[in-house]
Amino acid sequence: MGSTMNLLIGLAMGLNLLALGSGRLSAIIRATAVQGVVLGVMPLLLEYTFDWMVALVALVTVAVKGFVIPSLLRRAMRAAKIQREEEPLIGFVPSLLLGAGGTIAAIAGARMLPLLPEHAGTLLVPGSMASILTGLILLIGRVKAISQVCGYLILENGIYLFGLLLIHSTPLLVESGILLDLTVGVFVIGIIVDRIQRAFDSLDTRKLTVLRE
Amino acid sequence: MRENLLIAIPLVGAALAFFWRGDRTRPLLLPAAGILHTGLALWLLVNPPLVSPGAWFGFDPIARAVLPAVSILFLACAVYSVSYLRIRTERSNRVFVASLLAILGLLSAGHQARHLGMLWITTEAVTLAAVPLLHFNGTSRAFEATWKYLLIGGTGIALSLLGSFCLGYASLRGGGTGDLTFVGLIAQGAGLSRPWVLIAWVLLLVGYGTKMGLAPMHTWKPDAYGEAPGIVGAMLAGGVTTVAFTAILRVRAVVSAAGEGAIADRTLLAIGLFSMVVAALFLLGTRDFKRMLAYSSVEHMGILVIGAALGRAGIWAAFFHVWSNCMTKGALFLSAANIRRAAGARTIDEVSGMSAVTPRSAAIFVTGLFAVTACPPFGPFFSELRVVRAAIETGRAGVAAIFLGCLLFAFFGLTRVVFAVVDGRPRTKESKAAGKVNERAGVVLPPLILLGAALWLGLATPHVLTDAWTEAVGRLVTQP
Amino acid sequence: MIIALESAVRLAVWLLLAPLLPGVINKVKAWVAGRRGPPVLQLYFDLARLWRKSVVMSTLASPGFVAGPAIAWVALAGAAMLMPLGPAGGAISFKGDVLLLVYLLALARFCTAWAALETGSAFGGMGAAREVSFAVLSEVALITAVLALSVQTGNITLSEMLSLSVGSGAMLLAAGLFGVLLAENCRVPFDDPNTHLELTMVHEAMVLDHSGPPFAVILHGASIKLLLFAVLLSQVVLPVGKLSPLAGTATLAGAVLAVTVCVGLVESLTARMAFRRVPLILTASFLLCLFALLLALKGGA
Repeated sequence: MGSTMNLLIGLAMGLNLLALGSGRLSAIIRATAVQGVVLGVMPLLLEYTFDWMVALVALVTVAVKGFVIPSLLRRAMRAAKIQREEEPLIGFVPSLLLGAGGTIAAIAGARMLPLLPEHAGTLLVPGSMASILTGLILLIGRVKAISQVCGYLILENGIYLFGLLLIHSTPLLVESGILLDLTVGVFVIGIIVDRIQRAFDSLDTRKLTVLRE
Repeated sequence: MRENLLIAIPLVGAALAFFWRGDRTRPLLLPAAGILHTGLALWLLVNPPLVSPGAWFGFDPIARAVLPAVSILFLACAVYSVSYLRIRTERSNRVFVASLLAILGLLSAGHQARHLGMLWITTEAVTLAAVPLLHFNGTSRAFEATWKYLLIGGTGIALSLLGSFCLGYASLRGGGTGDLTFVGLIAQGAGLSRPWVLIAWVLLLVGYGTKMGLAPMHTWKPDAYGEAPGIVGAMLAGGVTTVAFTAILRVRAVVSAAGEGAIADRTLLAIGLFSMVVAALFLLGTRDFKRMLAYSSVEHMGILVIGAALGRAGIWAAFFHVWSNCMTKGALFLSAANIRRAAGARTIDEVSGMSAVTPRSAAIFVTGLFAVTACPPFGPFFSELRVVRAAIETGRAGVAAIFLGCLLFAFFGLTRVVFAVVDGRPRTKESKAAGKVNERAGVVLPPLILLGAALWLGLATPHVLTDAWTEAVGRLVTQP
Repeated sequence: MIIALESAVRLAVWLLLAPLLPGVINKVKAWVAGRRGPPVLQLYFDLARLWRKSVVMSTLASPGFVAGPAIAWVALAGAAMLMPLGPAGGAISFKGDVLLLVYLLALARFCTAWAALETGSAFGGMGAAREVSFAVLSEVALITAVLALSVQTGNITLSEMLSLSVGSGAMLLAAGLFGVLLAENCRVPFDDPNTHLELTMVHEAMVLDHSGPPFAVILHGASIKLLLFAVLLSQVVLPVGKLSPLAGTATLAGAVLAVTVCVGLVESLTARMAFRRVPLILTASFLLCLFALLLALKGGA
């Protein structure tokens, strides 16, 4: 049980680095979607007994994170007619190194935190910290709106992963995290609507600089 | 049961507004809901209901100390918006009215939330509900401002969820049973796992601080306030920020119960002073009078958290300042919106001599300026004075000195912009418009009434309010 | 006497088999593209032809122009003698021989680059600069991989380090080393061995000025290096040393063949990458090796 979960979290960590290193938007979207599915099935592994509620949450998470939002993002990508992240603020190599350093620091740092014995052996906390860091790097370091949204999704995946620690004690709080997906939905709809409304050169957030102090 | 109506009335109103046919009559729902809400809130202020300790929502002393201010501010905005939306007939106001009502309902819920998760859900919902309001003007600059708001605010809100998880884990690690009401967490007190409490405190401070607009998480604020209609600015600066502030207060109480109150106070002081310094510096540089209001808001958020860090007297002063800030910011935003509409521009390079074009709004704007820069006898003067006194009494003279210095610079910055706008000779574009500008009672009275309320707060603070604040302080600070 | 004989046989096997690999790669590429392609033994014919030709020497060049390729070839042949061959082990084996292996590889690269600079031509210098700047990154990955192996086994002797299968870290290490293999041997996506557009060449630009026997030596040395890396990669993943001599040799040969086919497939299916993307892939290889190292450290602790 635990080793399967650790393997999945390790996979999610690898996907973080993949998202950091790839310049193609479609690759980032795919990495994010796969990560969403991987994390979505996680509650089922945590449960020793089958629970309808948890199964439903897992199903909804997989559907939303793995399919609905990625397909919306792909649509936005088509609408905006962009394929690649050309000149990120933080280059691919530095962000990859930052992400890897962060992953290592997360694994090392999580040992210092006081964890309940049943969570001590798992990669839940380091995996979550690594994903949050990756999300923040993408949010800060990329200029294309779609990569930023992917960064937000990865950040959100990290928070969800942390929430799994609490899924037994306060399932409601953890499930409310699905509201964050709503924010992502608003982001993506914003991109699409804006694209339809006006001709916007390349959806480069660096062009959103009229308002500057 | 009545306190739930505070949440239900606006939400029902929002649903009604969404399905209401007829753009002309729909805005009337706003004052209707506003009157009901304000009446109920004031009634509850005078007759506080009993709150069962385990309830997830309730009109507890903290809600009682803050929520009526938001309610009054909303009522003024609602009256104003009837006239405003009559001018803006070129756009459908369906989403605007519905979102504004939804925000009121969610703000009421957020103020009354006594559960960590519920607090987060309402704050998240408020964040999302404000999006259509910010984008109401539909320009590319409005889109840009909305995008920044959502990106920065969304990240902040995500971090505050993480902070909530950490606090939940602190409780679980300390042997908690998953009871995440603030009462339950405070009762667990020293049983909470301290490292997790500290992590949670940092994340929640960053998260809710982003919603409040504390520096350095304030960068969305000037853009959002600059591009959104004045009503939205007033509701964001007076309503949404106070929800985030009460959230920080409630969390601080938990952190303090866990025995880390000193660290929490120190971080609050640092971030508050930093906000004030940043705001004062930007106020000296800005040339746009709507962005000026945003920086002024950053400054006042700094004052609030400094107050929150200064013990009983400081928290009391912070509650006082929430009220005076609500009233003066409302007056300023609404009168600034009038001036902005008449002038057709927002920077002091393009606008001048507005006292000749819109004399009433300009008068309110100038008076509001004196109120917000803490000139006696307006409310902000007395609340800020109490913050300074609390600082000196707790032996933090340095804090008081920086605080006063920032106020001075903010005063310079604000007067510079305001008098450039009001004074002088109208530019040609405005003088042509001068004959046509009709300052209806609907757009002048609401800011005037808010200003009057600010004056009243300063001259004769009602006893019911001081009692409410004292009781709320008693809830938040366990040991004297 | 027997040792000397065995070493000679071993050297002969390395030298004779090495040119087979580029032939296999080209055959795979031709097969994927649906062509017949050159014969598998093409490189042998090329080498023989080059050996018979005369050398064109620049008047500017010092003796290093010829000495460079020669030293590089000797260094690579020496490295090959250190590399254990499954159950047979290495011809020479001592404590810390893995360091010598790394140094010999670096020496070979240095000498090739040196020879490229001898004629003073722009292309030689450009190719050498590119080759060396890629090498900086790939060597880091290689050394990390070596560290991971030595931490895993607690040993710094090559034959010991490779005798143990590394478990879960082996996959990471194999992926990282595969990237290093492609970069070190100038294969697609880092460099295209078939390109003759000067501006995009890396390795080919470096050896542009050589001809005749020195060029044959360079080509042969490159094929030894490819075989060396293929053998290393195979032994990192598979515990060949534990098998019986016959099975071990067969497994090793099969694995080397599989690696070669993989290189061919990668070469057929991907395009050469832009120069500025190359550091990204090499960094990824380095990170893979680094994570393998961390896994090894954690497993040890």
